[in-house]
Amino acid sequence: MVNNQASTLSEKQEKVVTSTHKFLIHHRGDHVGVATSEIKQGEKVVGVYMDDNSEVVVTAKADIPLSHKISLVNLEKDEPVLKYGVQVGITTQKWEIGDYVHTHNIKTARW
Amino acid sequence: MAQQLYGYRRENGKVGIRNHVIILPVDDISNAACEAVSKQIQGTLALPHAYGRLQYGPDLDLHFRTMIGIGSNPNVAAVIVIGIEENWSKKIADGIAETGKPVSYFSIERNGDLEIIRQASWKAKEYVQWATELQRVPIELSELTVSIKCGESDTTTGLGSCPTVSQAVDRLVDAGATVFFGETSELTGGEHLIAERMATPELRAKFMDIYDDYVGEIESKGVDLLGSQPTQGNIAGGLSTIEEKALGNIAKTGSKEIVGVLDPAEKPENGNGLYFMDTSSAAAECITLMAAGGAVLHLFPTGQGNIIGNPIEPVVKITANPITAATMSEHIDVDVQGLLARSITLEEAGDQLMEIIARTVNGRLTSAESLGHREFVMTKLYRSA
Repeated sequence: MVNNQASTLSEKQEKVVTSTHKFLIHHRGDHVGVATSEIKQGEKVVGVYMDDNSEVVVTAKADIPLSHKISLVNLEKDEPVLKYGVQVGITTQKWEIGDYVHTHNIKTARW
Repeated sequence: MAQQLYGYRRENGKVGIRNHVIILPVDDISNAACEAVSKQIQGTLALPHAYGRLQYGPDLDLHFRTMIGIGSNPNVAAVIVIGIEENWSKKIADGIAETGKPVSYFSIERNGDLEIIRQASWKAKEYVQWATELQRVPIELSELTVSIKCGESDTTTGLGSCPTVSQAVDRLVDAGATVFFGETSELTGGEHLIAERMATPELRAKFMDIYDDYVGEIESKGVDLLGSQPTQGNIAGGLSTIEEKALGNIAKTGSKEIVGVLDPAEKPENGNGLYFMDTSSAAAECITLMAAGGAVLHLFPTGQGNIIGNPIEPVVKITANPITAATMSEHIDVDVQGLLARSITLEEAGDQLMEIIARTVNGRLTSAESLGHREFVMTKLYRSA
């Protein structure tokens, strides 16, 4: 399964000057990042991959509270979701890059 | 470890970091007498709880194991046991006496509360005056048993406070210490990762049996954990699924091989190292069981702000959530929000925690201790007869 990963700065050789990161991602390949500051709808925000310190830029499609998740990929309904490099659930509706991710669009794969 | 550690070396050689004289009720109806003794004799600590009557089978075994384990914990200098009946009171006192520490038991039947309070108070006074003359002696990190369990988790625990505890766990195990983790239910979604770290196939099989039993128990009730796992607090903190919560939980267990699988409140027998203990994920139950297994210091990562303490085992709180650190600062011992801001490294966060561990060992009260948090909760396996 190939997802449209949000493009990384290193891939695009782009130097975006932003104040600071607003979310962190555990592992390269994860489908979500975690907001480490409040994120506002429409805001262009920088995320950092914790395993290799590379950066990614995403435009938020909704307000995302601190400690809540932002989508880094486009996914269809019923697709597995990766965080920590491990499946943490399945999508319950279509996701787009920059979406707010929570119980409305992801559920456990256990029950 | 830069700082010399000092603790109490007990009669059986085990090392404690506190010096409590406890008044231990065998059963619910002996709480009043225990509390009266602790009110009368300063420097004693009563541990009231809700159970101890008409229990049977494995549930009764766990009750005794927990009572004896708490009395045997090296943070406890001496114990007064008070129960309604003599047999069970004696059984618990005899179990604790195997450590060599001073212990006396009293039974209320045929005496009444007032007579037992009188007798037990005389003995408690003797124990307190003896215990308060005990001196801390130099100890090694390897002599400590430390437990870990997180609570009111959110996504910041998986990003910051749990990896910080992981640093401490790896350093403690490398130093030859013993560490317990548990929370059987909250491994769901990551149980395979724990199974892979078991030192032997036998331990792996034992762990998976315990885990499967737990899942079977849930299913036998005709329910799933969707309503309770993640909790409402977890969801408010941004955790969406039990798998996501489990991976954050597991992020505090370090990277070491797991050398033993313990029943609730069981003492480790495979030497020092990292152990899994079958426990509830409810904080007070879990920490009480770990204290009964011999843990003398608890590391507690929290996201949204769990305020748990334990009467005999100091609980150190670690958070990376800036809102929790700001709004509940009196509960937090180690603030690692710099991990989210990327202003400190994980190793630096680990250094901070190791320093607080050393200071707590040497006598600094934790936030939970100074705020009077003494949650003591027995685990009940099923209803009494």
